[in-house]
Amino acid sequence: MKQSDKIKLVLENGLEFQGYSFGYRSEADGEVVFNTAMVGYPESLTDPSYSGQILCITYPIIGNYGIPGDKLENGVSKVFESEKIHVRALVISYYSEDYSHWDSVMSLDSWLKEHKIPGIYGVDTRELTKVLREKGAMLGRIIPADKECVLPIPDPNLDNQVAITSCKEVVRYGSGKKKVVLVDCGVKNNILRCLIRRNVEVIRVPWNYDFNQLDWDGLFISNGPGNPALCDEAVEHLKVALQGDKPVFGICMGNQLMARAAGAKTFKLKYGHRSHNQPVRLIGTEKCFITSQNHGFAVDDSTLGADWEPLFVNMNDGTNEGIKHKTKPFFSAQFHPEATSGPTDTEFLFDKFVNLL
Amino acid sequence: MKENNKISKVLILGSGALKIGEAGEFDYSGSQALKAMKEEHIETILINPNIATVQTSEGIADKIYFLPVTPYFVEKVIKKENPQGILLSFGGQTALNCGVELYKSGVLKKYGVDVLGTPVQAIMDTEDRELFVKKLDEIDVKTIKSHAVENAEDALKAANELGYPVIVRAAYALGGLGSGFCNNDDELKKLVAKAFTFSPQVLVEKSLKGWKEIEYEVVRDRFDNCITVCNMENFDPLGIHTGESIVVAPSQTLTNYEYYLLREIAIKIVRHIGIVGECNVQYAFDPQSEDYRVIEVNARLSRSSALASKATGYPLAFVAAKLGLGYGLFDLKNSVTKTTPAFFEPALDYIVCKIPRWDLSKFHGVSRLIGSSMKSVGEVMAIGRSFEEAIQKGLRMIGRGAHGFVANKEMHVDNIEKELSEPTDSRIFVIAKAMEAGYTVDQIHAATKIDRWFLDKLQNICRISKDIEKCGSLEEMGKDLLTTAKQCGFSDFQIGRLIFKDKEDPDTYTPIVREYRKSLNVLPVVKQIDTLAAEFPAKTNYLYLTYNGTAHDIDYEKDKKSIIVIGSGAYRIGSSVEFDWCSVNCLKTIQNCGYRGIMINYNPETVSTDYDMCDRLYFDELTFERVMDIYDLETPHGVVVSVGGQIPNNLAMRLNDANVNILGTSAKSIDNAEDRHKFSAMLDKLDINQPRWSELTTLDDINKFVGKVGFPVLVRPSYVLSGAAMNVCSNDDELKEFLQLATEVSQKHPVVVSEFIQHAKEIEFDAVACKGEIIAYAISEHIEFAGVHSGDATIQFPPQKLYVETVRRIKKISRKIAEALKISGPFNIQFMAKENDILVIECNLRASRSFPFVSKVLKVNLIELATKVMIGEPVKPLDKSAFDLDYVGIKASQFSFSRLLKADPVLGVDMASTGEVGCIGDDTAEAILKSMLSVGYSIPKKGILLSTGDGKQKAEMLDACSELAKKGYKLYATGGTFRYLKDNNIETTEVYWPDEAGKSPQAIDLIKNKEIDMVVNIPKNLSKSELDNGYKVRRASVDFNIQLLTNTRLASAFINAFCSLDQDDIQIKSWDQYK
Repeated sequence: MKQSDKIKLVLENGLEFQGYSFGYRSEADGEVVFNTAMVGYPESLTDPSYSGQILCITYPIIGNYGIPGDKLENGVSKVFESEKIHVRALVISYYSEDYSHWDSVMSLDSWLKEHKIPGIYGVDTRELTKVLREKGAMLGRIIPADKECVLPIPDPNLDNQVAITSCKEVVRYGSGKKKVVLVDCGVKNNILRCLIRRNVEVIRVPWNYDFNQLDWDGLFISNGPGNPALCDEAVEHLKVALQGDKPVFGICMGNQLMARAAGAKTFKLKYGHRSHNQPVRLIGTEKCFITSQNHGFAVDDSTLGADWEPLFVNMNDGTNEGIKHKTKPFFSAQFHPEATSGPTDTEFLFDKFVNLL
Repeated sequence: MKENNKISKVLILGSGALKIGEAGEFDYSGSQALKAMKEEHIETILINPNIATVQTSEGIADKIYFLPVTPYFVEKVIKKENPQGILLSFGGQTALNCGVELYKSGVLKKYGVDVLGTPVQAIMDTEDRELFVKKLDEIDVKTIKSHAVENAEDALKAANELGYPVIVRAAYALGGLGSGFCNNDDELKKLVAKAFTFSPQVLVEKSLKGWKEIEYEVVRDRFDNCITVCNMENFDPLGIHTGESIVVAPSQTLTNYEYYLLREIAIKIVRHIGIVGECNVQYAFDPQSEDYRVIEVNARLSRSSALASKATGYPLAFVAAKLGLGYGLFDLKNSVTKTTPAFFEPALDYIVCKIPRWDLSKFHGVSRLIGSSMKSVGEVMAIGRSFEEAIQKGLRMIGRGAHGFVANKEMHVDNIEKELSEPTDSRIFVIAKAMEAGYTVDQIHAATKIDRWFLDKLQNICRISKDIEKCGSLEEMGKDLLTTAKQCGFSDFQIGRLIFKDKEDPDTYTPIVREYRKSLNVLPVVKQIDTLAAEFPAKTNYLYLTYNGTAHDIDYEKDKKSIIVIGSGAYRIGSSVEFDWCSVNCLKTIQNCGYRGIMINYNPETVSTDYDMCDRLYFDELTFERVMDIYDLETPHGVVVSVGGQIPNNLAMRLNDANVNILGTSAKSIDNAEDRHKFSAMLDKLDINQPRWSELTTLDDINKFVGKVGFPVLVRPSYVLSGAAMNVCSNDDELKEFLQLATEVSQKHPVVVSEFIQHAKEIEFDAVACKGEIIAYAISEHIEFAGVHSGDATIQFPPQKLYVETVRRIKKISRKIAEALKISGPFNIQFMAKENDILVIECNLRASRSFPFVSKVLKVNLIELATKVMIGEPVKPLDKSAFDLDYVGIKASQFSFSRLLKADPVLGVDMASTGEVGCIGDDTAEAILKSMLSVGYSIPKKGILLSTGDGKQKAEMLDACSELAKKGYKLYATGGTFRYLKDNNIETTEVYWPDEAGKSPQAIDLIKNKEIDMVVNIPKNLSKSELDNGYKVRRASVDFNIQLLTNTRLASAFINAFCSLDQDDIQIKSWDQYK
């Protein structure tokens, strides 16, 4: 790989990581997080849950299979998780300039340039990860190597990232006898695909839309970026829905919003769960699943209302991975059953939801 | 959570001697399983005749039987020991096949033995191709369309139906034995005939040559929880056996969709088949779409699972053993983090690259092509944070003299195009050559089908190499290029060679570049392998070095309380599991003496690279450069160079020059023993005899020397391992021919010619000395006469047929040598004895191959003693009575000729065996019989074909032949032997040599028709004349799987053993019962 401009990542505590520029040449800032997935960079980069974040991928060699050409199916991209790159910058160790795959149309570098997203390679990503693990997620900024970093760095978690990534108007997908309202908090395309594939009509609504006025058979609360505490509008709508008996299913942010609607508290994890290898257990059983995760906040399930109980638990750190209503067909998962990227072990939850409709 | 609470005693089957396709990885998996059982306080019984392994060491299993892993002996042990459970999946195909037979014959049921882990039915579903395809059809998983046939005609029909090219494989065979590709009817007929000799069932399949080959390691518990621990991608596409491929982990060219598609299918398969434990799923994957085929499923621990364990830090065998007891994955802990559960999938933040090690140059006439059947004898695993870094490390590790991908010695390639499309063991270097010659990545891809991604990275190495070459000096190169080069795996030597272009002395490259590099602060960093890519804190001691990073993961104590043990590297012919045993025992002793044991090694098949075995494991190179990097960081008390075979031994002088504290015998003494001239001068001074030799540079001088000592002579270049490139020449022609080859092998070194003494006994002296005084020793004798490499010879300990006077003289000479070289530590001297004349052949100031064998027979751990000596702990000389044993140990060699197409299966001065066993008996006959049965021989039931060599050899074999006749065997003999035996009143049927065409019966037909079940074919002279009658008969017996003996002494001993003893006479005694 040819050497290019020297740039650096500066953390809010002053630590610097030297590297080289690739992708778009510009400065960037955001919350620096790491993901330990070994594949799936096109999916990760377009995952709206990364909105406001600088992503460090711990797998050192990135770009290997280039970027696939986009194709639409039922109005949804077949290969990306949204219409744009949501991370603010990408941090890696080794950039694989030459890529090889029958389905790729451009390099990661070109794609980042197209989306005006800067990248930095040559970083000791393991060391950066250890720093984030020990000190917790931190704000950071990418700037030329010879430039001084001006502090403070604006905190994206103070903004309502859900509002930024959510759709702005109602969109309908697919067809079928049953109608599902999907509350878009920054939804990943594969959630849409998973529902459409199961022959339901999906009505995608903005995060703060009052869906209770619509006619639906099931309600789905999507994943999304940032702090659930900033989404009270959605929680209020949700509380109304939970008065009824129609099936409700939430994923990731959806889990957190349902928990809040059920009276529970949410809190920020030290450095979040972002990987393809998070073990969860279905509580009260010997059933365990490997899940894909991407979240910085979690539900404190000890604060759940009396009608609710935890459904899944994270086997690494014991945090909540899903909740369910004791009597009604409401349940949610903190992990990503739709995967993409990641393991597909829990896609059956979509079947479960659709069967309840 | 355990289900099998009733289990308190289990039997575990090992894999026997190391062979091609079944090597050290099963010592590792067996040891892990035993550790898991021990943790559960379950009594363990191990059957494994491989005495050099770690698993057959004291304290690992409760009882050890050095017996063949065959249904007959396993049943006897079951009857005697009454275990409640049996573990079948930790001893490779050998253990699995044996287990399936015991199940089918009802033995397991009869004795009430439960198979722990994957049920036998599931094993059979994966092993029988037809059942397998049916099973996978049930869940709509695609397999390679395959026709199982039982005769050649049906094979032909199937091939024509599928369309060529097709692949042919023998069912139930080790690592692709008897398999290959066919492009037409003729090729098919030939291959099928051979495949049927290995198996009654042969499979004909459509070839998917050029598809990607991808593997997943899957674990499942009895609660149906599944994980895939690792996936791997072959650099070499389908068509080359995965054991012959360069392999990377994790996969590099798969997208998220592809990665998880194959993962999902793997889990689906494993659930459907009903695996409980570990399993490997191999795929062919279309490089142009998302189409796939399942190639095979291995329902047991495998070479790939050992590699996956080392690649990820996830102890697959240990976990599989626990799951076999009924645990759930959620019950077990991640053994690295110790806090998170074993139910997770490792995330790697590095790349590993496995490269096979071949030793084909050791075999005369062997085909160097690699393909669907395995030929490699070992492998290395390199870890880096770029592919370039990992592969260049790996190419140095395989120990074939390469310095990486580039900057190697000029290699001659006749036809680049051809060698690219018909790969040999040098394929990767042919690619380097092609790139140098201007071939583009696309051209190389077209010829090899290797994914462009890998080729682009190799091209990148070439590009950097050219950039360095353009620099006139290190200063001109500058820090940026130097850093880039190091990040892409260039060694200091490579950089030196590219900069200095052979204008300087190559020996100075490394020190010069190293010093300059250090002055610029371009240094490697130490990273941990922690299974979770740094997500969770881990106190792991599993480490590697990389230039792709800026910070170390660990802090150093700098307290001089650690000792570095330098390991043995890739398994190869001449250096194998025995040095792993030595390294592990050395580490253990170091720890017991209060030091931290630090291991450096890169062989994924070993126990020494299990991070539980030491305080710190550096899975990294054994080059001077890397050892010094680690030494600088560790600042240890000292370094042990005498337990890892020749690699550490060869480093001794350079480490010493760099002021490294070498423990035990000094580097100068090591050099005095290694350097032929110095050693010889010392022997002369001590008045010790040795065979006459001379180091010569011209043909004239050689002729003069031969005139003096007479033929035959032993010819070899100096300073080599295990007799590589040495040969015996019996006449002028052979000498001339060989010298041309030898000078090509090593121009720098002159040729050493020594007198070759025939009909002499060879004797091994393994010992430990302390400051020049011998404190323990073991004398063993070879069954074969001198001339068979000591690594191939059958060795008897204690000696049964040595004169008392011989033994006395040997001890006396050894004492003198130990004193003169001031030996402190392990050493080995090889002697030759004729009458009572004792000659010294060579002396190694390190542990030898026979250390574990003699230690275990003697029940005195020589490595423990040697390590104590090296550390300076007090040791007492062994009591004399310790050497008085009431039993006999025999170490026999395992050959893998059946895998080495066209190789002449004859023993000579160059080592050819791939493994060994060691068995103990009440007398020589019993020990011989056990050990020969353990390396795959059986007591013949039908007839025996005899060709017993020249006059003297015929006489030597006469007694044995007469015993066979007395036993009632039907004997066949070729011309000379027939007449000789007739003259001695032994009736045989005369058969004819291949060049006696037209006459019948033909010797080869007897073999093909399996009318005999043993061939004794003694080559007449010591030269390796090509394609003669003898070769054809020997090769036919190997190809048609009929046991072959080529040495009069060994043949006599074996014949004597099975004529005087029945199989039923063999004692079923565990190691501890020999007192």
